Amino acid sequence: MSMKTVNFTINGEAKSVQAESRQLLVHCIRETLGLTGTHVGCETSHCGACTIHLDGEPVKSCTMFAVQAEGKSLTTVEGLAIGGTLNPVQEGFWEEHGLQCGFCTPGMMMTATALLRTVNEPTETEIREAISGNLCRCTGYVNIVKAIQYAQRKMHATPAPEAVLQGGD
Amino acid sequence: MIPASFEYVVAHSLEETVGLLAKHGSDAKILSGGMSLIPAMKLRLAQPVFIVDVNGVSGLEYIREEHGELRIGAMTREAALERSSLVKHGYPILFETAKVIADPLVRNRATIGGNLAHADPANDHPATMLALGATVVAHGPHGDRLIPIDEFFPSFFASALEPDEVLTEIRIPAPSVRSGGAYIKFERKVGDYAIAAVAVNVTLDDHDTCIAARIGLTNVTDVPARATSAEASLVGHRITEQAIADASRLAAHESDPKSDLRGSAEYKRDLVRVLAGRAIGRAVSRARGGSH
Amino acid sequence: MTQTIPMTAAAIGGMGHSMKRKEDPRFLQGKGNYVEDVNLPGMLWMDIVRSPYAHAKIVSIDASKALAIPGVLAVITGKDLEAYNLHWMPTLMSDTQMVLPVDKVMYQAQEVAAVIATDRYIAADGAAAVDVEYEELPVVVDPFKALLPDAPVLRTDKPGKTDNHIFHWEVGDAAVTDKAFAEADVVVKQDIYIPRIHVASIETCGCVASFEKTEGKLTVWMTTQAPHAIRTVFALVAGHVGLSEEKIRIISPDIGGGFGGKVPVYPGYVIAVAATVLIGKPVKWIEDRMENLQADSFARDYHTTAELAATKDGKLTALRFKTLADHGYADAAANPSKFPAGLYHICTGSYDLQAAHVEVDGAYTNKPPGGVAYRCSFRVTEAVHTIERMVDIMAHQIGMDPAALRMKNFIEKEQFPYKSVLGWEYDSGDYHAALQKAMDIIGYDDLRREQLEKRARGEYMGIGISSFTEIVGAGPSKDFDILGIKMFDSAEIRVHPTGKAIARFGTKSQGQGHETTYAQIVAQELGIPMAHVQVEEGDTDTAPYGLGTYASRSTPTSGAAAAMAARKIRDKARKIAAYLMEVAEEDLEWEPGKFTVKGNPEAFKTIQEIAFAAYTNHPQGMEAGLEATHYYDPPNLTYPFGSYICVVDIDAGTGQVHVRRFVAVDDCGNIINPMIVDGQIHGGLSMGLAPALYEEISYDEAGNCLGGSFIDYLVPTAVETPNWETDKTITPSPHHPFGAKGVGESATVGAPPAIANAVVDALWHLGVRHIDIPMTPSKVWKVLRDHGVTGS
Ligand SMILES: Cc1cc2nc3c(=O)[nH]c(=O)nc-3n(C[C@H](O)[C@H](O)[C@H](O)COP(=O)(O)OP(=O)(O)OC[C@H]3O[C@@H](n4cnc5c(N)ncnc54)[C@H](O)[C@@H]3O)c2cc1C
Ligand code: FES
Ligand code: FES
Repeated sequence: MSMKTVNFTINGEAKSVQAESRQLLVHCIRETLGLTGTHVGCETSHCGACTIHLDGEPVKSCTMFAVQAEGKSLTTVEGLAIGGTLNPVQEGFWEEHGLQCGFCTPGMMMTATALLRTVNEPTETEIREAISGNLCRCTGYVNIVKAIQYAQRKMHATPAPEAVLQGGD
Repeated sequence: MIPASFEYVVAHSLEETVGLLAKHGSDAKILSGGMSLIPAMKLRLAQPVFIVDVNGVSGLEYIREEHGELRIGAMTREAALERSSLVKHGYPILFETAKVIADPLVRNRATIGGNLAHADPANDHPATMLALGATVVAHGPHGDRLIPIDEFFPSFFASALEPDEVLTEIRIPAPSVRSGGAYIKFERKVGDYAIAAVAVNVTLDDHDTCIAARIGLTNVTDVPARATSAEASLVGHRITEQAIADASRLAAHESDPKSDLRGSAEYKRDLVRVLAGRAIGRAVSRARGGSH
Repeated sequence: MTQTIPMTAAAIGGMGHSMKRKEDPRFLQGKGNYVEDVNLPGMLWMDIVRSPYAHAKIVSIDASKALAIPGVLAVITGKDLEAYNLHWMPTLMSDTQMVLPVDKVMYQAQEVAAVIATDRYIAADGAAAVDVEYEELPVVVDPFKALLPDAPVLRTDKPGKTDNHIFHWEVGDAAVTDKAFAEADVVVKQDIYIPRIHVASIETCGCVASFEKTEGKLTVWMTTQAPHAIRTVFALVAGHVGLSEEKIRIISPDIGGGFGGKVPVYPGYVIAVAATVLIGKPVKWIEDRMENLQADSFARDYHTTAELAATKDGKLTALRFKTLADHGYADAAANPSKFPAGLYHICTGSYDLQAAHVEVDGAYTNKPPGGVAYRCSFRVTEAVHTIERMVDIMAHQIGMDPAALRMKNFIEKEQFPYKSVLGWEYDSGDYHAALQKAMDIIGYDDLRREQLEKRARGEYMGIGISSFTEIVGAGPSKDFDILGIKMFDSAEIRVHPTGKAIARFGTKSQGQGHETTYAQIVAQELGIPMAHVQVEEGDTDTAPYGLGTYASRSTPTSGAAAAMAARKIRDKARKIAAYLMEVAEEDLEWEPGKFTVKGNPEAFKTIQEIAFAAYTNHPQGMEAGLEATHYYDPPNLTYPFGSYICVVDIDAGTGQVHVRRFVAVDDCGNIINPMIVDGQIHGGLSMGLAPALYEEISYDEAGNCLGGSFIDYLVPTAVETPNWETDKTITPSPHHPFGAKGVGESATVGAPPAIANAVVDALWHLGVRHIDIPMTPSKVWKVLRDHGVTGS
């Protein structure tokens, strides 16, 4: 078994990890780094539960080897909120009930965050196409679409008050 | 699902890549987008001993027009094709192809070079490249070799690349006046390979007579293939409804699909007819100057 | 019982408020705690070797190559478990199922051996290195052939078993039904197959099992919808090897979707438990998606011949279903014990039928065991699909509009509580109102006009209705039990001195939002702000005993228990308030949050003040503290209902069905959180769309599983899923403490026939009478072709 040293930044922090060549990036993130917000839902690259950002682009981390992350900048769901403040997409998912069991949610939000970074005002069709690499079994997608639209409005409006981390109307 | 162990090397130049391939022979595999190779490795359908990652080779991601051709670097991601306004406006058939491959996340990694090199008759680019009459550039120990797309898929799941060659570029002739192309794929859901798909590229003269036609088929033949008798039936004629219907029937006849969970052979063959009709219609309308 | 619920202030957030979910902040930040996220020091990994054959004798298992891999610690086979008599286990239907085989395998992907290693990669290498020699046996795939006299007998483990028949079950009066059919003006008959499908929650199944030798205590973090029942099953099955119930702790942490697939005990769990007990270190097992689809319990797989009788003016008179249920090699259905076909005899649906007879036979085949729900209540989906298809066929047959035929035959609002001919007592309903509302929203008459115009142009457009009645909330314990354990459920509420509360339940959320809705029930009943009510479930060491969450039973049972426990607390609070204010209890009036002296609004004690007094200044002779537990045994099931209308356009060239619009009007009684109810309906509709158009697990003649990965098991994406339009009517349940009915699954039950009816409606004029789901493009194309249509 040959171990390699892999250097990358994840959620803004520089990391140096030991990885076997065949280790999937998702396992490096979950097991080596203990960032368990990124999930695994299939082995055929269909579900998107493992979606992270690789140099800003959403990719399926179950279909990459950890060694391929050398020199890259990664972001996972744990890197979305800054200082306890949810990003607009997270806030949208909360406001619009865009999650139920929460298992697909990290991947879904990574895809949505990237979409809103590249497309200013996506139509409903564009949103649905953009998240078509992420499966959700619980929500029927309606509220996920609404959550992304909420985030889109929020990002293009004046800064709104911070979302507070507790249940409330 | 866990891949078997392998050795991993990042190549930084084409020379290094070719050297590694030459050294390790058939034990080695190139890794580009990884979207076909890694799933196969996870299922242990592929167990390469040696992986040469070409993502470290710079200068292979580009889309540009030069020497009367559209030249696309092998490592160009599907997402880049989709986003390119040159592709979208100048080569709508290619835009339509890239956009229906897998899903948006896969397209952020998957490369056009890998799509052709993988030589999977279910992949979408082969049919489109056949329709466009593309040329593939292979780089080996002796430098570049140009392979016409018609010779690129010699047999089942095999490409014309030598084990020590790497695909570096795809060249597509710039569209002649009054030409148009279209790609229409029918899939069970997003993320699925085609039940069937048809790529069509036609050129008309000033009197609307078809002077060139190429038709490629996806996932209905053992190797990516053209529907040559359908093409022949169009050339030299004005493309009427009847001509389209006749050509589509010929295309269906030339397909050789297998029954599977996507549908019966009978269904797929008829689907080729339907999709060919729609794709020819759209290509002709584009050739005449319409956008659809 | 009056069933209008007073609206509390938003700050309290009781019933009826669309409160944002309390569980969401952790999920939104990647801090959920799912089973795979549990990591313990020294933890080992388990991987499973599975059979490539559907039926084969195991000649030998050679583990030497696997054991030679550094890091592989053990390979466990059936023989190892046999030494402890743990190689077989009971199913929930009191059949038996292998944990690991000793002599033969019964389906493709069956567990054959387990490899324990220091790391998941090494465990996978170990599994690949185990050599198993098989000798293939004849395979039985078709349940009809399984029952032929010359079929090979599959369950040779059962002494004296000479066939593959599992059970025969029937309900209803056959003679009365026969007579009604004989006298009918019109009879329609149709074979309907509802295929095998899989819940495919995005989280697969798995566990981390940890046996502490010194304490003798077993803790299992497990993807289960019913942790207490699992604990008892473990104690019953492994009692003889020293596992005693007080030393077993099952923890069901965050669950990534259940839908019925996480009710059974799968062999993998048991092997992991055996492994941790044998090795003394924690063992983690997480199945992958292919194992999940190929080996875990399936749903449906009902082959029915259905008949429906009516007068010529469209009054339905009798119904007859004869069903063959394919259970795979073991009856591992998750049904209440008395009901081998679950609640299938709800099949008279929303209609006032006076004669009905239903027969179900179960058969063994070489497929994985099962018969679990797929987001529904014990076979109600099969019942609803069949009756709703038959009603549509009847309408078309006699030339009556399907909406009109339904309206004519619905149980009238005044007939509730309604005793159905097959023995159920429907609690409440207003079926006409729901259908009318759906028709108004979608513009039914205009659509029918459009359809006629399109038909004239050779276009295929269809409108489909489904007016379903669900049956949820099992159950009255006199009728409902699982392995003898009665199907009540529980809540325990403790109010702390500062007026905050913790509430614990016997159920287990898998995404339904219990932490929010249960808190809202407590808030409604006690006036403590929902933000101050901490909800916990899933840990058998702390939560009160319960049967778990499935079949939409949480609100009807544990939700009711929460209200009842809160009312016990309120009774005590009244006493304390009376004592504090020195008035008689009868002089106090309750409004959520405080007791006020009648006629003197200035004199009141808040629930917070009372809670403080319960610990600091309680009346002499009264027990201190403010807490209560309630085990709720529902007097009846609840019967949510709804009417769905679907509009489809069919591409005659490709055979593709496009769902253009889908309007769902649901009635689940009083609503705790409207936002969550909408979300449940959206999700349910999507899991109704999926089997209607996309999903199926089938087998080839050799018993190879087709559709065993997400490559071919087609879970719809956001692109295939339409923008669901939802609305509601409210008909409270008269017997539930706050008039609620349960909603998580209605839409999964109601949606498929609406879609199927729409497709057949589009094609009826061609002579099409029925198409089995999933109505895939290739299937629809074939139907069109067979009826002379060639598209372009
Ligand atoms: C869920 C899913 C759905 C998909 N659906 C579709 C679809 O609908 N249509 C479609 O066309 N594709 C589909 N794909 C496949 C995808 O487009 C692949 O990315 C593509 O087939 C291969 O490209 P790649 O860059 O990922 O190549 P890799 O996976 O890296 O390589 C594939 C093969 O080509 C070889 N290779 C790669 N690059 C080169 C090179 N430059 N020179 C020589 N050899 C090379 C590799 O050694 C390997 O054998 C799907 C993939 C997934 C995961
Ligand atoms: S885990 Fe399913 S796509 Fe990565
Ligand atoms: S919220 Fe459960 S899978 Fe999406």
